[in-house]
This record gives sequence, structure tokens and C-alpha cells, in this order.
Amino acid sequence: MTVVFNEMDGGGGTPREPYAQVADWLKTLSRADVDRALREAEAIFRRQGITFAVYGDDEAAERLIPFDIIPRVFAAAEWRKLSAGIEQRVRALNAFIHDLYHRQDILRAGKIPHEFIIQNEAFVPEMVGVMPARGIYAHIIGIDIVRVAANEFYVLEDNCRTPSGVSYMLEDREAMMYLFPELFAQQRVAPVENYPAMLRQTLESVAPAGCNGEPTVVILTPGIHNSAFFEHAFLADEMGVELCEGGDLFVDGGYLYMRTTQAPKRVDVVYRRIDDAYLDPLTFRHDSAIGVPGIFDVYRAGRVTLVNAPGTGIADDKSIYTYIPDVIEFYTGEKPLLKNVPTWRCSDPQQLAYVLDHLPELVVKEVHGSGGYGMLVGPTSTKKEIEAFRARLKARPRNYIAQPTLALSTVPTFTKSGVAPRHVDLRPFVLSGDKVRVTPGGLTRVALKKGSLVVNSSQGGGTKDTWVLED
Amino acid sequence: MLGRTASSLYWMSRYMERAENMARLLEVGYRISLMPGAIEGHRDEWRSTLQSCACDHGYAQKHDEIATAKVIDFLIFDEDNPSSIRSCIKTARNNGRAVRTALTRDVWESINATWNELAQVKPSSMTADRLPVFLEWVKQRVMSFRGALLGTMLRNDTYHFSQLGNFIERADNTARILDVKYFILLPKATDVGSDIDMQQWAQILRSVSGHRSYRWFYRDSHYRPWLISEFLILREEMPRSLIFSYGWINRGLQGLADHYGATYECHRQASETHERLRTGRMENIFQSGLHEFLQDFINANTRLSQSIATTYNFP
Amino acid sequence: MRLAIRHETHYDYDTPLAYSAQRLHLWPADYTAQKTVSWSISAPGFDRALAYTDGFGNRVHMVTFDNIVGPVSIVAEGVVDVTDTAGVVKGLVCAAPDAVFLRQTRPTTATALLRTLAEKQFAGRSALEGLHSLMTEIHARVAYEIGATHAHTTAAEAFADGRGVCQDHAHIFLAAARSAGIPARYVTGYLVTGMGASSTAAHAWAEALVPDLGWVGFDPANAKSPTDNYVRVAAGLDAAGVAPIRGSRRGGDAERMRVEVRVEIAQQ
Repeated sequence: MTVVFNEMDGGGGTPREPYAQVADWLKTLSRADVDRALREAEAIFRRQGITFAVYGDDEAAERLIPFDIIPRVFAAAEWRKLSAGIEQRVRALNAFIHDLYHRQDILRAGKIPHEFIIQNEAFVPEMVGVMPARGIYAHIIGIDIVRVAANEFYVLEDNCRTPSGVSYMLEDREAMMYLFPELFAQQRVAPVENYPAMLRQTLESVAPAGCNGEPTVVILTPGIHNSAFFEHAFLADEMGVELCEGGDLFVDGGYLYMRTTQAPKRVDVVYRRIDDAYLDPLTFRHDSAIGVPGIFDVYRAGRVTLVNAPGTGIADDKSIYTYIPDVIEFYTGEKPLLKNVPTWRCSDPQQLAYVLDHLPELVVKEVHGSGGYGMLVGPTSTKKEIEAFRARLKARPRNYIAQPTLALSTVPTFTKSGVAPRHVDLRPFVLSGDKVRVTPGGLTRVALKKGSLVVNSSQGGGTKDTWVLED
Repeated sequence: MLGRTASSLYWMSRYMERAENMARLLEVGYRISLMPGAIEGHRDEWRSTLQSCACDHGYAQKHDEIATAKVIDFLIFDEDNPSSIRSCIKTARNNGRAVRTALTRDVWESINATWNELAQVKPSSMTADRLPVFLEWVKQRVMSFRGALLGTMLRNDTYHFSQLGNFIERADNTARILDVKYFILLPKATDVGSDIDMQQWAQILRSVSGHRSYRWFYRDSHYRPWLISEFLILREEMPRSLIFSYGWINRGLQGLADHYGATYECHRQASETHERLRTGRMENIFQSGLHEFLQDFINANTRLSQSIATTYNFP
Repeated sequence: MRLAIRHETHYDYDTPLAYSAQRLHLWPADYTAQKTVSWSISAPGFDRALAYTDGFGNRVHMVTFDNIVGPVSIVAEGVVDVTDTAGVVKGLVCAAPDAVFLRQTRPTTATALLRTLAEKQFAGRSALEGLHSLMTEIHARVAYEIGATHAHTTAAEAFADGRGVCQDHAHIFLAAARSAGIPARYVTGYLVTGMGASSTAAHAWAEALVPDLGWVGFDPANAKSPTDNYVRVAAGLDAAGVAPIRGSRRGGDAERMRVEVRVEIAQQ
């Protein structure tokens, strides 16, 4: 039986150093205080309309993501180490994407079999030869990290397309500061509320070379029915930029414009929250009704910047994930500071055989899946579920990878029966523009079900405020 | 501002106003259906209600006969009816959500809370005894929305577009009620001066929350078709009259003209209609036909709405 | 050979066009075997067109216009000098690494049948011989028949059916060559077929990367490598990627399109 690392527990009934203050504070809270705080927090979120849609849930498909009031805490030194690893990874990912769409040195060097890239759905051939402003492709990356011991962190996956969740990080902090202002008076917690300003700075810094004066930035959303619409609106509001739908933008004479109540206004940078496939019916899916015809041509000609660039998904594809440590070494010449989770590729017959023999102890994921759908968590699944999954795995082995079930760290969490440890992960957000900026902390997701390792909000996960203490 | 944002603000307010008007029409219809001796008449009453809110065709497509329960369900809950209270609030809220960033927190919370509560109401729970309370709640919620809007929004283009939606809807609504009901209620020789006659004239005023103010204003215990028409068309004192609505529409358009530094065809259209109302006299209106006058007005109002949409690049 | 070309695409609509955005692959390439003497495109909004060179070396134009009543006509025309190099393409600037042209797209996905076709042609032969053999084999097995296939027919479908047009011949060639590990690309252009004959479509063929020789053109529809009767316009992964015109519009109901291509040997 593996030992689960409880982030607050310092042994012998004393808390670990970063949690000292939180532990004291918890002792002073009565159940009634907690219930009141949770109710208030829910009311705040509900009123603000902070909801997400659950696919397949039809009517009133808007739910709140549960919020837990016990923060997750990192010491300054812990964070410095993590942050250096994150930054290294992000620089390597951008260099990797640039290379894949230009000379493909990494393929020539034989580090990755070329068919893994060339035949990959996430590789966008139309991006070949495209050099975006400052050479950056993935301006916003979310890296999912898990912890298994005091000094042992693993990267679970990279999110290089349109990572979401940053609004929860910001709102969780707002709620905590509103509900428990005294906590923030006692110690210095690194602020996260300047994220929108940093995001805007990042977006402005990658405006096309031909843009004179202050760049016009917009967010492009699929619309109010998208599960992350709240976040799109939230970020637009916080940054003070227009929130556009495809129909609000159009190409004219080789430039991109938005339709305003007056004359059309030229747009320089588009933070798009719609998938590559739907971005431009002239280049990608021709049946897309939410995209902008011709926007890719304008981008190709260097007259608008798309954030993130199309085709960045090739860097976070689960079939490429196992190569990322090599990718980091190849482009930075350094050893990776952050480790990957050991991973079996089911496309390899030998590795598949091992996976099939050890299903009850492994986590098996779809290469192209997301949101925790279509995955198997061996230890918490029934025999029947495992056998059903085995059949799917055998039918399409290339579609899956497997990893050991990591003993994710826990953080104390309020449950119906009092405070209890629950498993967590972490998604720091990283901005790349004129420089690389890592949010101090990020979004902590917590699996609210006892023993559960699935933290996705679509699967009953919640969130916590994440603190990075300052020295 | 995006053209779509302007459009969403306009329609958000329009649909909130429509929800309130619908609640009022239902209150009146419901009262009539309870009245003794109205057993025969209530079908006509519901028919005219459906006509007043331009829901008669939609209703006929779904139902063969006019029955109180069906009409109430159609006008409150039916999602196939774009003017049902539920559809109105949902559309208003979706429009508000799309332009969440243009609204103050108070306005958004008011509209969001209304939808959240309404979404919980089950059609099966709407028994006759609960209807009045529910309709009252709808009116209260719309008033809270309008109060938040008036009390917290900056007086810029955001505000002006939402006011335009509000008052174009109100003008349309009042004109339709008067047009439809007036002809049904035109005095029949046998009924003149009877109780039924009085009751029925009262409802036209109730439909616009004007039965008390009418008595205060005209100091008259009788309902006179002439005065009722004047009250709803030409009296600036009556906040649901056509002229009152056009005062607001003109101010909204003037606000946009100041904000953007330009006037357009829609400004000319709105002042022309306003001018017609300001110089209008009931005897002339009746002489050339009230029905014709109202139809002209409704068409001009619709044209203005289209013209605003074109001018300000609504999608 | 000096060739004169006129390529007109004509659109009719029942209602006015509120807005239209069109991407054109209508500009001939310039390289060792082919020099443009004169070329022009006329299209609504062309004076404000966006022009750029894509990653495959194609000259691309993007035109937009709004509020047009009546028919729309897009004409590309000009004069091009071509030399016969037995299909060998040299001096063309293409940013894309060769490996990219191994990518199988939806229409070129290789089925078992297509893989077998490829294996048979390349077994015991050099790449160049294999490619010639592949070209001849496709020409023999897939009859040229207009109307048997449509714009979205895949290589697998056309091959199984044994009928198709030049687009299908090229797709089958690409699917097979790529499955054998040879980078191959789809090429659009024009072919002079007789004195002043006009046709209703442009032509299409394939290019494959031959070791030690470079890119070489293969026209399986005619079972020969391009000569000085061919003018090369654009290259990509498949037909959809380099369609002469791809557009999106608002308004303009019931679109009717007519294409007229005229290629002739010009007076020197």
C-alpha cells in the first residue's frame, strides 16, 4: 500500500510549515462558521453567474463548481523550484512547436518517429512555415501537475490549446479574501489578481509587426452555450476588451475587423477560445458557423495574431507526451527539472501486453480524450468495468496510453462528515509573450469523493484557493 | 461597442418589458374568466388576449380550441411560443449573458436570479390559485430589473440601446391592446351602461395598469372610449401611452446621437412619429379611423426598430 | 513552349451577395522550367486583395467584397513560358519539409487495397521506376469518366470503383506513394490539349520526391510526366487544400457556378 502524502500533515500531530497558520485557523472554525461560509461562497458564485455547462446535461445545464474553503499552500522555496521547472518546460514546448512547423530538426535527429507527428490529427499542415510575432505559438499554457511526496512532483499533461480554469483561480481568491480577510492579514500570500493585466500585456506584446499604436485585442468565443463562456466573459471584462463571436468579426481588404455600432474597427490580436477546426471555414472545417472566413489567411500574412496559434495541440497530444523529456533536452540542452509520469504506450505490443496484465493497478487514458471521459482508473473500478475497458483497449490499442496510479497528495477538505483529506492536482497558468510569466500557484482541483483520483469538474471535482507564501 | 452588443442590450430590455406586459394581459384574462356570466364570453376574451400579444397564430397551430388552462400554459411556459413569459425571460437572460460585461452587477444579478427562479417553476404547479401570485412575482422581477438598470447603469450607449428596446416594445404593446380590445368592446346597444360593459372597459385599462390613474386623471367614474383612447395615445402623463414611450425613444436616440456624434434616418423617423403624437387630436384620429391610426403607428414603430438595427449594425 | 491561358469562374445568384470572402490559388508558380510572362487576376475586390506565399510555396490571394447585385466573375489569365524537363521540378521555393508530404489526408487515406497496389509497384524496383509503374497502373485501372465521382470522393472509393477524373487519379497516386513512404503532393494547373480547345476544368496531377532527383511530376490521368504542355499553379496535400477558389458568403442564395478554361499555344 502506497503512502499518500497529506500536504498539511507534518507528522506527530503538527502541521507542515507552510500550513501552520491555516491549521490554527481551522481549529477556530465551528461547523456553523463553515456552513455559513460555504453558503455565502455559493451565493457569490451563483450571483456572478460563475457556472459551467456539463455536456449531455440538457435543461438548466449550468452548475456551480464546488468550492472548498481550506486553501492549498506552497512555501516560497517549494514554489521557486516548481516554477523554474514549469518555465523550462514552456520554453521547450514553444521551441518544439516552432521546429515542427519549420525545419523539423527533432524529427531529422530521430528523437521522435516522424509519423507520430506527420500523421497526427493535431498537426496542422497549414501552419507549416508560419512565423508568428516573437516566434511564440502557445502564449497561454496550463500544465497539470501532481504531487506524490514533499519533493516529488510529476507533470500529468500539458494544455497548449485553450486551457481553461483561470477564472476559477481568480474567483476562488476573491471569495477567500471576502470571506476570511483576516487570513490574508496574517501572512503574505503572493497575489494572483494581476493575471488579467499580465494577460493583456502578453497579448499586446504579440501584436503583428505592422500594428501602429495601441493594439486592439479581442476574445473570440463560440458563444453563451460554450461550457467555458463564463470565463470568456470574465476575462474580457477583467482585461477591458471586447468579447466577440465569429459573426462580429470579418475580413475586409486583407485585415480583420469587428462590427461595431459605428465604423468597423481593426483587430490586431485575437485570443480565441474556439478550437482550430472551427476557426476558419475557408481553411479548416467548412461547415463551421462560429468561425471567421479568411481569418487564417490574414494570420498567415502576419496581419493579425491568433492566440494560441493553430496547431499547438501537437505539443500536448498524449501520444507525444512521453517524448517531452527528450524535447526539453533537445531544445534547452538541460535536464528536465520536472518529471513526466512514467507512461506505457499501448501502440507498442510489448507495452500493451504489460498494460493488459496490470489493468487493475493502472490509469488508462485515451490519447485524444479530455475532461476525464473515456478513462479507466484501475484501483477504483469494478471487475466488470475493467473487463469492459479491456475489450475497448484491445480493439484500438493505439488510442490509449497507461500510467501507474499515482498516490496524489491530499489536502484537508470540508466534507459532510467534517474535515477529511481529499486528492488534489494543480494547474498553473503560464503566459509567454515579451517574457514568460508563471502565475504564483494556479488552480487546485480537488476530487470531492472519498478516495477518488478524478479531479475534473465534469466528474464531480471542486476547486480550492491556492497560496504561494512569500518569504 | 459591437453591433451585437447593442442588439443584445436592445432585445434584453425588449423581452423583459414583454414579459411584464404578458403578465398583465394574463391577469386581466384570468379575472374575466372568473367573472360570473362570462362563461360564454371568456373564449372571446382569451382570443382577444392572444391577438393583443400577437400569439393567436402560434396558439392555433398547437391547439384546436381555446381553453383557459391551455392558453395560460401557452402564454406562460410554452417554449415554442417566443413570447411566453418563460421564453421572454430566457431570451432576455441569454442576451444579458452574452453582454454580461456591459451590464452592472445589479442588472445582471437581477435578470439572472429571475431566470434561476423561473427555471424551477413547474408548469404542473401553476394551479388557478397560484396564478395571481406568480404573475405578481413576474411584474415585481421586471420592475426590479428596470430599477437596477435605471439606478446603476452609466448613461452611455449601453443604457440608450436598452431604453430603446424597452420603449419600442411598450409602444407596440399598448397600441396592440387598444387596437384589439377597442373593437371587441365597441359599445353594443344592449350593453351600454350595463355592468358588463363597465367591467370590460375596466380591463383595457387594467391591461396597462391604468384603471386607477384613469379615474384620478379624468375625475370620471365612467369609462369613456374616447377618453380611454386619448389616455393611451396622447397623454404624456400616462407612462404606458404611445406619446410617453416616444418621448423616451427620442431621448434614447438623442443620447446615441450625442454619444456618437451623428444622426441617421432612424432619428428622423422617431421624431416624425413623436411629432404626429404631439400634434395629434382625438377627433381627427377618430374621424380618419382609430384602427387605421393604430395600424399605421404599429407599422411605423416596427420600421423604426428595423432602422435602428440597420443603422447600428445589429447582426 | 509559350502558353496563353484564360480561366474564368462565373457565379450567379438569386439574391444579392451581402458579403463574400474567397481564397484564390490562381497564380502560376515560377521556377526553372516555368516562367510567367504576364499574369493577372480580375475579381471584385482584387485591388485590395491580401496576397501571400504559403508554406508550400503557393502564391495565394484572398479577396473580400460586400453588397454586390448580379453575377460575379473571377478571371485569371496570362502567358507562361514552359520548358520540357521530363517532369523534374527544380528551383521552386517551398518552406515545408519533405516529410510533411507523407501526411495522409481524408481523401488520400490508404486502404489495404491501395497499400497492396503500392507494394506491387515498388517491389524490386527503384523509387523512380516504381512511381512510373504506379502512374501507368492507375491510368490502366481507373477509367477517365466525368460524373462518376464528385469533389469529396476519396482515393479509396474511386480506386475501388475504377472510374474518376484527374483529381481522383492524383489522389490515388498520392495515397499509394505516401503509403510506400514516398513524399507526394497534389498539383493543380493547366494542360493544353489541342489547338485552342477550351474545357470546363483545370487539370491536376501529382509530384513525388525521387531520391537523388528531387520532385518529379506524374500525371496518372494521362500516363505521362508533365511536358511543356503543362502549366503548374499550386501544390498541396490534396485537392481541397489547393482548390482554385474556395469561398464563404452571406446572402447570394442558390449559387450557380460555371467554369471555363482556355489554354492555347501562344504566338511567339
